[in-house]
Amino acid sequence: MALLELRDVRARYGAIAALHGVSLTVEQGQVVALLGANGAGKTTTLRAVSGLVRRYGEIRFDSRSLLRCGPESAARRGIAHVPEGRGIFDELSVWDNLRMGAYASISRRELKRESDRVLGYFPWMRDRLRQQSGTLSGGEQQMLALARAMVSRPRLLMLDEPSLGLAPLVVQELFRIVALLNKEEELTVLVVEQNAELALAASDYAYVLEVGHVAVEGTSDELRAHEGVRKSYLGY
Amino acid sequence: MLAFQSAEFVQQIVSGLATGSIFASLALALVLIYRSTNVVNFAQGEMAMFTTYVAWALMDRGLSYWPAFVLTLLIAFAGGATLERTIIRPFERKPPLAIVIVTIGLLITFNGAAGWIWGAEVKPFDSPFPNTTWEIGDVAISSQDVGVFCVCIVTVLALWAFFNLTSLGLAMRATAINPTASRLVGVRVGWMLALGWGLAAVLGAVAGMMAAPTVFLDPNMMLVVLIYAFAAAVLGGIDSPVGAVVGGLTLGVVLNLIGRYVEFIGPELRLPTALLILLAVLLIRPQGLFGHAVVRRV
Repeated sequence: MALLELRDVRARYGAIAALHGVSLTVEQGQVVALLGANGAGKTTTLRAVSGLVRRYGEIRFDSRSLLRCGPESAARRGIAHVPEGRGIFDELSVWDNLRMGAYASISRRELKRESDRVLGYFPWMRDRLRQQSGTLSGGEQQMLALARAMVSRPRLLMLDEPSLGLAPLVVQELFRIVALLNKEEELTVLVVEQNAELALAASDYAYVLEVGHVAVEGTSDELRAHEGVRKSYLGY
Repeated sequence: MLAFQSAEFVQQIVSGLATGSIFASLALALVLIYRSTNVVNFAQGEMAMFTTYVAWALMDRGLSYWPAFVLTLLIAFAGGATLERTIIRPFERKPPLAIVIVTIGLLITFNGAAGWIWGAEVKPFDSPFPNTTWEIGDVAISSQDVGVFCVCIVTVLALWAFFNLTSLGLAMRATAINPTASRLVGVRVGWMLALGWGLAAVLGAVAGMMAAPTVFLDPNMMLVVLIYAFAAAVLGGIDSPVGAVVGGLTLGVVLNLIGRYVEFIGPELRLPTALLILLAVLLIRPQGLFGHAVVRRV
């Protein structure tokens, strides 16, 4: 069943159109990758889903329209968006960041249980709960952003360039955890990634965006074998 | 002789703490709005003055002090929040200078409106505290000073508890740090800003009502207090709530001691001294005593 469905979605920043009719589908339980060059509209697609940018067309989440939802309501309906640059609250402690993840959707009593569940995926975080999150390393901040998103028990996780600026080993660990969450919690994931190699290895299905529309789509295996994708994005 | 001097020294400190706590309340109001919107609210003092008039009008209609006090705080909260929603909100995405101009406009409007509604002549304002002094050894402490200090500090502590112990307070802090990320976790950022203005107005109302018995009630009563509050906020660090409180208390005490013991300054040069402190801080330590350059790694 389609959890998220975009039909002919358009969006613009002032006079500049960023999306010219994007259509894509994310099935329940899938990991879907969004590939493309800089400025192709990957980030804008995520922003259109969570309502951070004005958009037109059709966006359905769990077969209900999202078009009238701002980001606040999208969060309440089960969409967790980890933005580019992670969006952690750097002056707050690690624990307060996790509390904020629970702000909209779960009660104080559930917070204990949910944070315990999430910390199971990030054992190192348990000893660092009181640390100011701005003093974590880049990789740890990205993990925290992911953990915060997971506390709310989202139905859809949207990750924007999680690998940006991180060491290869850290990136591997990050995608290992995403895969684990996908498997153990049947979490549906929509991930934007510049690193096509990585994204295709981690996903079931992928879309390639070019100047604001979908140029190629297919299962990740198909795209890896696709000549155009190989030449332009994988470099061989 | 020495005993007499040290007694007077302590008295000067206590009364400095009382005025300082008024500066601290108003400085904290400035910091509260600055942190959430990056804007210095020049109308903060006049909002405080206006709400103090509201308290006077309530008492003039026969309400006794503490009910009028509480009712004024509620009115201040509603007024501050409404102001943000109606007048400040349209300028949210405009450059900071536009909002600064709007707050200066509010300053002039409140000042004019108070004169128009209640007249420009100076009015006395009741103090809730008895006009007595307590003798502790050689030291005489006025109950007025102690009362003002306690009311301001209780307000500040209540606010601290709100920000640190409730999830709504946490959401307000998060909004000040990263509005976009706050929206993405479901915080209604617009309401947090309105809440911030409401709380700032409450702090201002407390400062105004505590200052009014000594400076008396008139439309210009808070102009000078606002400048002291600015100096206090800058001294403590304009983005630091703890700094605002420490800055306010320090400024109150230092100005009192200088006014008393440095012969050539006296009461006339108190305000220029505060401005001098403000300039010195901006030159030597622009982030203030407690404002911090946040440690960030990328």
